[in-house]
Amino acid sequence: MAYSDKVIDHYENPRNVGSLDPAEPDVGTALVGAPACGDVMRLQIKVRKDGVIEDAKFKTFGCGSAIASSSLATEWIKGMTIDQAMTVKNTQIVKELSLPPVKIHCSVLAEDAIKGAIADYRKKQEHVPESAAYAQGGS
Amino acid sequence: MTLKLPIYMDYQATTPVDERVVDAMLPYLRENFGNAASRSHSFGWQAEEAVERAREEVGKLIGAAGKEIVWTSGATESDNLAIKGVAEFYKDRGNHIVTVVTEHKAVLDACKRLEKHGFVVTYLPVDGDGRVNPAAVAAALNDKTILVSVMLVNNEIGTVNPVAEIGEVVKAHGAFFHIDAVQGVGKIPFDVNASHADLVSLSAHKMYGPKGVGALYVRRKPRVRITPIIDGGGHERGMRSGTLNVPGIVGFAKAAELCRLEMAEEGRRVLGLRERLRKGIEAAVPNTTVNGSLQHRLPGNLNISFAFVEGEAMMMALKDVAVSSGSACTSASLEPSYVLRALGVGEEMAHSSIRFGLGRFTTEEEVDYVVDLVAGKVKRLRDMSPLWELVQSGVDPRSIQWSSH
Repeated sequence: MAYSDKVIDHYENPRNVGSLDPAEPDVGTALVGAPACGDVMRLQIKVRKDGVIEDAKFKTFGCGSAIASSSLATEWIKGMTIDQAMTVKNTQIVKELSLPPVKIHCSVLAEDAIKGAIADYRKKQEHVPESAAYAQGGS
Repeated sequence: MTLKLPIYMDYQATTPVDERVVDAMLPYLRENFGNAASRSHSFGWQAEEAVERAREEVGKLIGAAGKEIVWTSGATESDNLAIKGVAEFYKDRGNHIVTVVTEHKAVLDACKRLEKHGFVVTYLPVDGDGRVNPAAVAAALNDKTILVSVMLVNNEIGTVNPVAEIGEVVKAHGAFFHIDAVQGVGKIPFDVNASHADLVSLSAHKMYGPKGVGALYVRRKPRVRITPIIDGGGHERGMRSGTLNVPGIVGFAKAAELCRLEMAEEGRRVLGLRERLRKGIEAAVPNTTVNGSLQHRLPGNLNISFAFVEGEAMMMALKDVAVSSGSACTSASLEPSYVLRALGVGEEMAHSSIRFGLGRFTTEEEVDYVVDLVAGKVKRLRDMSPLWELVQSGVDPRSIQWSSH
């Protein structure tokens, strides 16, 4: 399978690989996908009081397209407000990375991860009981 | 010696054509271009003579007579001809066929086709090592069984089946025994009589010959009959019509001759390289699992799962090394390898598998380069893997309720 130059670039030089402390109140975490399906993404955001995502980190178990989708997602949402980040669509990721049809699920997972991380952050802000260290997103 | 990139380590997919095979073929692409079926001039006679010599040579590699070799376009055709040919010819005797879940798609899909035409097929499981138990074959046979089809060596995991024991069981029952021997012949000793085979599929390009040519061994004593699947000029004693691929057949024979003469030494050398690769990787990388039996295995195959690293990402990292993976991402179906699943390998580990195929032209330098590369890349991908982080922090990923998608 031939990869687009952008997928290769993100795969070889992934942006924002790493971890944030999921216990922090200003950090939202999503862990989406499943090992049995061959891809798992963890995406984390650190949100300022004014609602701007000041940092985003990811770790991904998956193919090159899954790694590139999550890398791109973190790059995009950094500096966005969480409301703006909620509008990021998987189709934008597909277009940017020129993903073939069999890899569309990678972009869907990345969108789920963004939404999941934001949901986790919002839940913490509502002072509902502290969520588990690893929150669940998913489709 | 400087290392040349990319490195080819996919010898179960295909093998490079040996230079000596190319040299043997060239005259049959140039001056000796005749049609082996032309009976009226020397061009045809020369071609026919070459084809008949080739029949003897290919037969010799598997302990068969030249007359028992039917030329085909490759292993897929041979498998189809054997299975559909026997089923059609002997359908009045019975309609039951026994095969194995880890067979090549050419066998499985030929059987599935027959199911649509009233045949009943039993798909036997394999053990955790990837091998078929002869007792399971015996238990599956009934008075309607006309054919048993079991592969000699599995293409993904390189495991060698106990075909001689299975052949005994099948022979005692009176059914026909077909062996897809494509991955094993030329690399490990194989004899049609020792394995009680009635039909054997062979392919030239898996043994350093050209693509587009294969053979089906069809036993003559006692005689096995098959109904052809390609009709036409009645070539190959009516079993396979079509003008013979003379240069391909000549190349196949040269490849068979080289395998026959060099197999023992080459097998030892390739096994040494495979073990160097395996031990090198196991010493440098924690959490790896070899898939399939190590004891009963093709010398040139290593199928290994790197836990918490996805196979396609791994292949991308090994871009200077040609390997293949059981990961779903490498297939259009999005399902991980059915062979690994049949062994009881978990889906996540099937997604993490890489098949290294070594062979005649693999060097020690290449193996050492690949070991270092694999060690570095697995570490990089694990540093990026949320599953690896969970494991490092003492959480078993299996304890998590994953959502499917």
